[in-house]
Amino acid sequence: MKRTLLSILAMAAMSATALAADIKPAIIYDLGGKFDKSFNESAYNGAEKFKADTGIEYRDFEIQNDAQREQALRKFARDGNNPIVMAGFSWAAALEKVAAEHPDTDFAIIDMVVDLPNVRSIVYKEQEGSYLVGVMAAKASESGTVSFIGGMDIPLIRKFACGYAGGVKATNPDATVLEAMTGTTPDAWNDPVKGGEIAKSQIAQGSDVVYAAAGGTGIGVLQAAADEGKLGIGVDSNQNGLQPGAVLTSMLKRVDVAVYNAFDDAKEGKFTYGFNVLGLAENGVDYAMDDNNAKLVDQDMRDAVEQAKADIIAGKISVHDYTSDENCPY
Amino acid sequence: MDYFQIILVTLEATIRLSVPLIFAALAGLYSERSGVFDIGLEGKMLAAAFAGGAAAAVYGSAFIGLAAAILISVALAMVHAFASITQRGNQIVSGVAINFIALGSTVILGQAWFQQGGRTPQLGEGSRFEAIRLPLTDTLEDVPVIGPIYENLISEHFLLTYLAFALVPFTWWVLYRTRFGLRLRAVGENPGAVDTAGISVTQMRYLGVLCCGILCGFAGAYLSMAVAAGFVKGMTAGKGFIALAALIFAKWKPVNVMLACLLFGFLDALAILLQGQELPVVGEVPVQFMQALPYVLTVILLAGFIGKAIPPKAGGQPYVKER
Repeated sequence: MKRTLLSILAMAAMSATALAADIKPAIIYDLGGKFDKSFNESAYNGAEKFKADTGIEYRDFEIQNDAQREQALRKFARDGNNPIVMAGFSWAAALEKVAAEHPDTDFAIIDMVVDLPNVRSIVYKEQEGSYLVGVMAAKASESGTVSFIGGMDIPLIRKFACGYAGGVKATNPDATVLEAMTGTTPDAWNDPVKGGEIAKSQIAQGSDVVYAAAGGTGIGVLQAAADEGKLGIGVDSNQNGLQPGAVLTSMLKRVDVAVYNAFDDAKEGKFTYGFNVLGLAENGVDYAMDDNNAKLVDQDMRDAVEQAKADIIAGKISVHDYTSDENCPY
Repeated sequence: MDYFQIILVTLEATIRLSVPLIFAALAGLYSERSGVFDIGLEGKMLAAAFAGGAAAAVYGSAFIGLAAAILISVALAMVHAFASITQRGNQIVSGVAINFIALGSTVILGQAWFQQGGRTPQLGEGSRFEAIRLPLTDTLEDVPVIGPIYENLISEHFLLTYLAFALVPFTWWVLYRTRFGLRLRAVGENPGAVDTAGISVTQMRYLGVLCCGILCGFAGAYLSMAVAAGFVKGMTAGKGFIALAALIFAKWKPVNVMLACLLFGFLDALAILLQGQELPVVGEVPVQFMQALPYVLTVILLAGFIGKAIPPKAGGQPYVKER
């Protein structure tokens, strides 16, 4: 009896300290790796910003293969990390299991919807940001042919492609938009040689602006475009600096904002669950302007893209979402 | 775009895509002809790609990068040689070990040295190989048919590309017209006979594996310093294994190796070109089908058309002088 009481006391004391302590946020990246200069790096930047602003340390992990997902996630949950943010749609299956096992831990997943009471699902209106860079591509193109290179062939990447085509066609109805995917396995996020080869093939078919939404593969695409004297468009992070003067712009997907908000909300004790859709109006997506591409973007182009942005926010233009019906009308 | 242009562009891509395969498959040829199976082509290529990218980034010179790539690849080849020739270990196990070492250590070292997630910094001009514009390109530019063919297929390639294709007849000559080649082939078929003739089996096999290391170094350097500008983790993406398949496919003969590699490169180029395009009769072919096509064709060709591929007789067996 005495022992039971003691252990109950000990447990109470422990949980009390756990409540009083700071949060222990954690983030897990997807296969592209923390420094992919793209999606995962953006997530990393958000976490770093949170650390710089609050002084709260966070834990992170880069998985090496798909088999590690569930294990890594469960380990973080068991260690008492809270909240745990996952970057990438591929986490859904693992998260569904682990979130159910740890109902008191808060999870956030980016790019995917997981319908559980302790999960915040963050998705973006990539089609809106892609529409904007499509407008710029159509303005910058001299040949009237532009192209898109995706990473792995999944509906999410088709969503980028569709929004891009929409922006191009709205600006120049006669333009041709070439489309290609690097592959059908997760390796497609990390194959710059093949990405460059696809870019060269598209350029040979007349494209002079190549938009890559392909994680690490995109580095090869931007390189090939620069080598051939054409323009590339980056994705997720600001990739204008990768090939200064040869990257027209980057479609920014503010993964960093989502990560920062998730950590910050948990710190303030106001972590919310359910659906978060971030579009242009919520500053979730945007296009990138800096010194590297200032010379490439003239006033006419700037006006066109700002007009499109205002129209989308005002609801005058509605960009089709590929994932809603698996079809692209443009 | 007219059909002529499409064909030219596809053939140009074929050449670019088959160069690393040719280097790696010829590398395997030297090693396997001497009786040492080498499943570690992939690992050596990857390590060489990393070493090349890293050295070129630090020293700003493509040739220093190339030297580093060859050095590392040869070092790994020597580990393989020591394990499988001197220590008479299992050649497959040693090769697999090299693949794993390369896969892990490149990322770890890259992260430790450059803090870019296992990548090496982007290479600028001068620190990577640039395409060479051969003389006469401008003169011939306006000549119909010949001009574009010359410009796309013959001119405007990397130094390493020309080297790869030059190595094919060279290897044939070495293998079939020199004393070294005769001994190399003999040591892979019947080491006992070579030993009886007073030639060191061990030395011959070490030389075979050394050649393999050098050529894998070229293959890796081509990936990270010519087609791409910098190393990215796992950038060989299975090319070493495809090269191995090409080697078997080609029955360990140099000219056949080149043809097999060109075929694989062509299928790859075709898959890229045909993606999302409407074809006559069948309509749009799904991406997945196009991407599986090279592998499907490989299996069909291997199974039905080339006949039996017989490896060097003593391949895979460590040589023991006396039993």
